[in-house]
Amino acid sequence: MSLWKIAWRSIQQRALASGLTGLSMALGVALVVAVLVMQGLINASFLGPNGFGYNRIVGAKGSKVQLVLNTVYYLSSPVENLPYSYYKEFTQGKYKRYTALAVPVCLGDVYEDFRVVGTTPDMFDKFDYDDGKKYAFSSGKNFTADGFFDAVIGARVARETGLKVGSEFQPTHGVGGHKHDDGFHVVGVLDETGTPVDRALFVNIEGFYLLENHALPDKPLLPEHSDEHAHEHKADEHAHDHKHEHADEHEPAANVAGAKPHEHAEGAEHEHEHAHEHEHEHDHHAHEHHPLPESQREVTAILLLTAGQPDLTASFIAKDINKGTIGQIVSPVYEIASLFEIFVRPSEYMLLALTVMIVIVSGIAILVSIYNSMSERRREIAVMRALGAGRGTVMRIVLLESILLSLGGGLIGWALGHLLVAGVSPWLNATAGVQIGLFRCAAEELVIIPGLIVLAAIAGYLPALVAYRTDVSQTLSATP
Amino acid sequence: MLRISNLKKSFREPDGARLPILDIKEFHLGAGEAVVLMGRSGSGKTTLLHIVAGIARADEGMVQVNGVDITRMPEPGRDRFRADHIGYIFQTFNLLAGFSALENVLLGMSFGRGKVDVGRARQLLERVGLAHRLTHKPAALSVGEQQRVAVARALANRPKLLLADEPTANLDANHQQSIIDLVRETCREEGVALLLVTHGAEIAEQFERVEYLDRFNQVVGAA
Repeated sequence: MSLWKIAWRSIQQRALASGLTGLSMALGVALVVAVLVMQGLINASFLGPNGFGYNRIVGAKGSKVQLVLNTVYYLSSPVENLPYSYYKEFTQGKYKRYTALAVPVCLGDVYEDFRVVGTTPDMFDKFDYDDGKKYAFSSGKNFTADGFFDAVIGARVARETGLKVGSEFQPTHGVGGHKHDDGFHVVGVLDETGTPVDRALFVNIEGFYLLENHALPDKPLLPEHSDEHAHEHKADEHAHDHKHEHADEHEPAANVAGAKPHEHAEGAEHEHEHAHEHEHEHDHHAHEHHPLPESQREVTAILLLTAGQPDLTASFIAKDINKGTIGQIVSPVYEIASLFEIFVRPSEYMLLALTVMIVIVSGIAILVSIYNSMSERRREIAVMRALGAGRGTVMRIVLLESILLSLGGGLIGWALGHLLVAGVSPWLNATAGVQIGLFRCAAEELVIIPGLIVLAAIAGYLPALVAYRTDVSQTLSATP
Repeated sequence: MLRISNLKKSFREPDGARLPILDIKEFHLGAGEAVVLMGRSGSGKTTLLHIVAGIARADEGMVQVNGVDITRMPEPGRDRFRADHIGYIFQTFNLLAGFSALENVLLGMSFGRGKVDVGRARQLLERVGLAHRLTHKPAALSVGEQQRVAVARALANRPKLLLADEPTANLDANHQQSIIDLVRETCREEGVALLLVTHGAEIAEQFERVEYLDRFNQVVGAA
């Protein structure tokens, strides 16, 4: 009979005490696992270095963290905008040779509780996510460049809003603002990605520009016109977050501004009049659309994948971009990591330390449980010694018992921890757009098993020593 | 099989003085022989069995089992020797409560160099009439059945020498006889030498050789 089995029988014999100590260990380990998985998941979701398909974000000067939260996670308030010409520096201008892919995004509109993102088809055709996964569609397909009022939606948006391929939706201008007259036609529903993409609607940037109040005033217009226009916009007092009341100062406008989409076409008065003719035309499929002139465009941010060795190239152009007055380039990974290090990490460590303390207390409970049983087990130990078991053998049996309790409880706790995490997964997904699989493990979990064995060895040492020192002759001679 | 020469054993008293228990000039037991050892309570019978089993250490002298002087062995060596060559039956059975009858017998072969032979364990339990009680825990067995399991366990490692320390003391008359018969028969079948300690004269008279410890123990007024 193996020593493991002998140790297990001893545990079974004291089923209640063993069960309770094992349970305390299970709960301790469950908490550690839950904390580790949640930490790992949050870290991976927010800090995944290749998780976005792009390695830098270019946005207007201002809060870097806000830029990242807004652009990557669709959280926080919208940021200032960049001139469209600035975006073109990355596609045709001086940063072109450093750019592998630059995708513009325009933010500022919402649909129900979800952000509407104006972008290009490249967002899903060329970017990947989560270390090289390609975006896939559960139904429909990506929008195309010429489908101005086409859109694709994230999996959670589809689930919660009921939108599907063929549906139409009308974004609201800003949070709590008025509903746009023009709507978008859903042509694709994305597969679940477990990323913030799941909870956003992505519309063709061309259509986004054509929505009312999304165009900058036409540059050739007289200053009076512009001022008046800005005044109107201010008086509007819709809850949109656009800070630029002076559109002619290159303040944000893609997600703001005051002009109707068709009011300013190609800078010509003729076009302007044409736009007025269609001012109340809501059926955008009923007529041909003209792209908004570039002079009237802005972008909220540029999702940038730099060429060559991406991080090296990004560092190289960062100096030039950051010293300018218009834009800044930020690493989403770095910014979020910094945010984490300052605000999240200390509490993570504290939480982890508390849960580890619980495990250690559980280890002490094992020690107490086995140690208390030693007085009644002396005779059993003496009998085993009389049957030929050496001192080392009985010591090993007690240590194995401690390890079995610790490991058994630990493994149950491990499973419990993952079930716990899976249990809160829907809530986490709902609140932060982060998805957790039942078997998603944190790398630190690998330390749990050897850690528990060490803890069990320490906890079992004292009772094992009692077993080792048992005087066989004296114990057997004593009246049972 | 067993040869004892000039064996001395004493215990330290609380005041530090030594209390002599055993002083045996010569004692021997042949292979396959069965001997009853009698003596007053506290005369050192159990101590002698412990020394022969290697559980306790002699102060002086030689204890040779199967040609090996175990008094010269370090404790781990004596443990291994006991596991391989000696069987032990206790007065109080000393079955492990958490183990089934079969597992208790398997324990008897778990610490030696031989393999753990489940077939032999079953065979032994069949031999002692407990084929139907293999999976029962000691608490579910009668005292007679428990001692039968103890007999099977003591023989599990195919010992050369079986030490039985008052194996019938806790049994009624019917069970006493059946256990004695069982021990003698199985020892005969397995060719095992038997040193059986008892207080029962009616048991002793069934054996050809009966030794009285008081007669060959030189300790005056032991106990």
